[in-house]
Amino acid sequence: MNQDIFCRNIFIRRGITLATTERSFVEKVWDFFCSLKLTLFLLISLALTSIIGTVLPQGQLPPEYLAQISPTKLQVYSKLGFFDMYHSWWFITLLYVFSLNLISCSIKRLPHVFKFVTEPTLVLAESMRNSFSLRKEITFPGAIEKGRDRLTEFLGSEFSAPIVTEHNGEYHLFAQKTAWCRLGVYVVHFSILVIFVGAIIGSLSGYKGFVSIVEGTRISSVEGRNGQSIPLGFEVLCEKFDVEFYKTGAPKEFRSILTVLENGQPVPGFTKVKVIVNDPLSYKGITFYQSSYGQASEGSEHYFTATPRAGGVPEKIVAREGALITLKDGTKFKLLEATQEVREFAPGFSGPAARIEVTPKGAAPQVFVSFKNFPEMNAMRGDALIFGYEGTNAKMYTGLQVAKDPGVWVVWLGCTLMLIGLYIAFFMSHKRIWLVISKGHARMYGNASKNQAAFEMMFDTISEKFKQLKI
Amino acid sequence: MTSSMLFNITTFAYMISMIIFFAFLAGRNKSLGLAGSYTAYAGFVVQTVAIGLRWKESYDIGVGHAPMSNLYESIVFFSWTIILLFAYIDIRYKYRVVGAFVVPFALLGMAWAQLGMKAGIEPLVPALQSNWLLYHVITCFLGYAAFAVACGISIMYLIKASVGETDKASPAGGLMSIFPPLKILDDLNYRAIMIGFPLLTLGIITGAAWANYAWGTYWSWDPKETWSLIVWFVYAAFLHARITKGWVGKRAAWLSIIGFAATIFCYLGVNLILSGLHSYGGTKM
Ligand code: HEM
Repeated sequence: MNQDIFCRNIFIRRGITLATTERSFVEKVWDFFCSLKLTLFLLISLALTSIIGTVLPQGQLPPEYLAQISPTKLQVYSKLGFFDMYHSWWFITLLYVFSLNLISCSIKRLPHVFKFVTEPTLVLAESMRNSFSLRKEITFPGAIEKGRDRLTEFLGSEFSAPIVTEHNGEYHLFAQKTAWCRLGVYVVHFSILVIFVGAIIGSLSGYKGFVSIVEGTRISSVEGRNGQSIPLGFEVLCEKFDVEFYKTGAPKEFRSILTVLENGQPVPGFTKVKVIVNDPLSYKGITFYQSSYGQASEGSEHYFTATPRAGGVPEKIVAREGALITLKDGTKFKLLEATQEVREFAPGFSGPAARIEVTPKGAAPQVFVSFKNFPEMNAMRGDALIFGYEGTNAKMYTGLQVAKDPGVWVVWLGCTLMLIGLYIAFFMSHKRIWLVISKGHARMYGNASKNQAAFEMMFDTISEKFKQLKI
Repeated sequence: MTSSMLFNITTFAYMISMIIFFAFLAGRNKSLGLAGSYTAYAGFVVQTVAIGLRWKESYDIGVGHAPMSNLYESIVFFSWTIILLFAYIDIRYKYRVVGAFVVPFALLGMAWAQLGMKAGIEPLVPALQSNWLLYHVITCFLGYAAFAVACGISIMYLIKASVGETDKASPAGGLMSIFPPLKILDDLNYRAIMIGFPLLTLGIITGAAWANYAWGTYWSWDPKETWSLIVWFVYAAFLHARITKGWVGKRAAWLSIIGFAATIFCYLGVNLILSGLHSYGGTKM
């Protein structure tokens, strides 16, 4: 339906001349890389092999996986690069061949398409005329030159200004619209290469890393994927980190307040910047993304009170994680872990809480949770001492994903080109009309590269007026 | 009237529409075809209102966001886009019978959503709080819907291609007479993919842009991304196969069906079978 006989004729003819002459090895290789069969093979191979990496774990293998896979399988898969398949030699090779195929195909076809656009078929040979489904014929009594002038004007006002050629005593009028849209496909293909270039730039001169910054402290380097330390060239200070929750207990916002420092001085415009998920901070091409958080509990103090149920002065306890403390009455106290927001672990509760181990004299150890905001919960335990959690001097830390990718703009450029190219290739159409004027009659032919139905309506309208024409 | 009630009415309307369309296939009565279309459109209008209402309801309970953030909402939107594209084909190309092969997809989606899924409006976790979510979901699902339509048309093609010839002998023209001619089906398949492919491309690009914006990599080969690329490869193969001789007609129809199977896997299989960091409402913040 959308086949364009004329465009393809060129290629077919060219194929025949190549086949009949003696072909060298180089030509065979060239033909191999130009072939659309190779394209199909590559597209389907890429689709099929890509599945492997979505089924098998990639990168660092989890212990559970290692435990259940047989050693031979593990060895074979590793050898084949299945555990990092998108970077394996064979997958990269597929992508290289894909690019070569794309480039060769374009080099081979582009000049023809260019010629086809810039040097259209001005004269419609007798043999071609039969292949049109859209045609219309009129007769007129006047002189042929009169018909030529009248129809040139007609085509110019109804469609687009024609080129007039005289051939074997006939006049051929040729007019076209949006011929350049034939190049849309090549824009799409070129855009794929642009995206590849962007990806390569990114992998050669960019990096991905991670850094955690404790509240109130600053860092000047981040940790790369392989554990190496990458200097930033400036410092980042975490002023504060906060988590906000919905009423249901689901997290609503993770928020770091960051300041960028150069030579120890805050950089104007990069002071106290709020960084949340989906709203990163970028400075000098390096971007910081909110990614995780936690409590920097190491070395920090946690405060508790132990109030005798019978009444009396509460005893204050200062505890560090893991350290054993003996209270006045001989009870042993150990802080196991603490959090500043218990919601995720104990739905229905909120605020700071600590898991503690209490061993009353001569009794077995008990482990329970003490809340800061729910003293009545703490009191519900029937023991002699009521333990209350008062808080901590521990700082939060924010975990930031760090990325530098100077190729990303090239990738977006490629993506934009691809969308523009797809639009041109699919939704624009090269429309052509020929008028062959002989003595006493004129015949009109037309075709379009895409959206034949719309062109048909247009052609019908024009040919209706054509029929009414008085020459 | 709550959105959930309206969604039930929608599901019911699509079911009636499908039944009418099947009757249309059997009886070839023109007015049945018309009734099938109108029932589907009525369902569509109700569904549109319901989606809008759900949007409003989310604001009423204080967690306002576009209703496209979890599996339930996405599948409802998917059904909606399928009927939207069916309407386009019905009105623009006047091939109503396509409805018999396309409306069932929309019904399947709605029925599954209404019967098998939690429909509660959930607040957005931080990872999903982005306008990119909206652009990404809308483009992807419009693309998926176009592929669903292409798949329905391809099934018609294969049925007609295998039965059509023998059926011609019967004087009434047989069941196949209300099917569009093979050439038209082949062309409609191509047209649907011509709509779906750029939308899928846009969907992948908006997804990549979002990933880059949210965690600094536009591509990380996670299963969801990879599967969307697989789907993209299959349809790229479809487009190129048409240019090579011998890959039109039946083979193109099969490629289109395989493409839609891959699409469904990308959409559901990855979430339900393979786990990835992409799963809706996943743990990644
Ligand atoms: C090895 C890779 C590829 C090669 C060698 C290749 C080659 C070709 C050729 C020769 C054509 C026909 C042009 C014409 O009609 O004159 C074409 C069409 C096209 N190609 Fe590619 N292509 C490749 C990959 C891709 C990919 C990955 C895409 C994805 C966007 C793509 C998108 C298109 C589109 C949209 C068309 C137009 C199809 C139509 O009009 O129906 N190509 N390609």
